[in-house]
Amino acid sequence: MTHWLAMGGYAAYVWPAYAVFFAVLVWDWLAPAFRKRRITRELRGRIAREQTRNTRVPRAEASA
Amino acid sequence: MSRSYIPHFVHWLGSPPNFYRFAGAWRPWLMAAALIAGAIGLYGGLVLAPPDYQQGDAYRIIFIHVPSAWMSLFIYAGMAVAGLIALVWRVKLAEVVAMESAPIGAAFTFITLVTGSLWGKPMWGTWWTWDARLTSELVLLFLYLGVIGLYHAFEDRRRGARAASLLALVGIVNLPIVHYSVQWWNTLHQGSTVNLFGHSLIASSMLWPLLVMALATHLYYFASLLGRARADLLELEGGKQWVRELVLEESR
Repeated sequence: MTHWLAMGGYAAYVWPAYAVFFAVLVWDWLAPAFRKRRITRELRGRIAREQTRNTRVPRAEASA
Repeated sequence: MSRSYIPHFVHWLGSPPNFYRFAGAWRPWLMAAALIAGAIGLYGGLVLAPPDYQQGDAYRIIFIHVPSAWMSLFIYAGMAVAGLIALVWRVKLAEVVAMESAPIGAAFTFITLVTGSLWGKPMWGTWWTWDARLTSELVLLFLYLGVIGLYHAFEDRRRGARAASLLALVGIVNLPIVHYSVQWWNTLHQGSTVNLFGHSLIASSMLWPLLVMALATHLYYFASLLGRARADLLELEGGKQWVRELVLEESR
C-alpha cells in the first residue's frame, strides 16, 4: 500500500492531479444543486406572496 | 413552418416541462454509470497498469489528463452545435444546452491545464511553456470564460444566450488548432498515442483504462448537463404554470 501511494517517487505530482480532477468535478456537480434549491425557495416565496395579496383584496371590499 | 422532418421524440423533448422530467429521470442513472466506469477505469489505470518504462509512475496522470482534454474539445463542439441551433431556430432548450455546457467545458479545460502542468514539471522540468498545444488549450479556456461572461453580461437571458452562442461559433476555429498543434508545430508536448481507428502507440494494459475513463467523463458530462439544464429551466420558466405546480408539489 505504501509502495503504491509513493507512485515510484512521483506521489507529489500524481495525487495533486487526481485531487484537482475530483475537487473541480465535485464543485461542478454541487453548484447547480445549490442553485436549484435557491430558485425553488424564491419561487415558493413569490407564490405565497401572490396568494396573500389575492386573499386580502376581497376582505377590503367587504369592509367598505 | 413544417416540422414534419423532425422526429416526434425530438419535438416532444424540446418542450421544457417534458425535458425537465426526462432529465430528472435519466440524470441519476447516467451519474451511476459514470461512477462505475470511473471506478473501473481508475482501478485499471492506477493499480493494474504497469509503470511506464520511461516515465515511471508519473505517466498515470494520463488517465485523467487525456480524457479531460478530449472532453474540453468535445464539449466545445457540442456547445457550438447547440449554439447554432439556438441562433437559427431560436429553440429555448438549445440555448440552455449551449450555455450550461460552457461551465462544464471550462471545468474540464481547467483540469487539463492543471494536470498537464503537474505532469510537465517532473517530465519536462517546467510547469508551463508557451508551446502550441499548451497555448491553444489556454485560449480554449479563455473562449469558455468569454462565452460565460458574455451570457451573463445581458439583462435579458435569452439575448445573452444568443450573443454568447455567436462567440462560441467563432471560437470553433480554435478546435483544429488544439488538435493538430502537435503536428503543425514543433512542440514539447508529445504527439497523440491513441488512434481510435487504427494502430495506437500505447500498450493495451494502459489503453483500456484510458478509454474507460473517456467513457466515464462523457457520461459525467451528460449527467451534469441534465442537472444544470433543470436548474436553468426552473429559472427561465419561473412564471409558467408547470413550474408553479412542480414547486408547490415538491414543498409538500
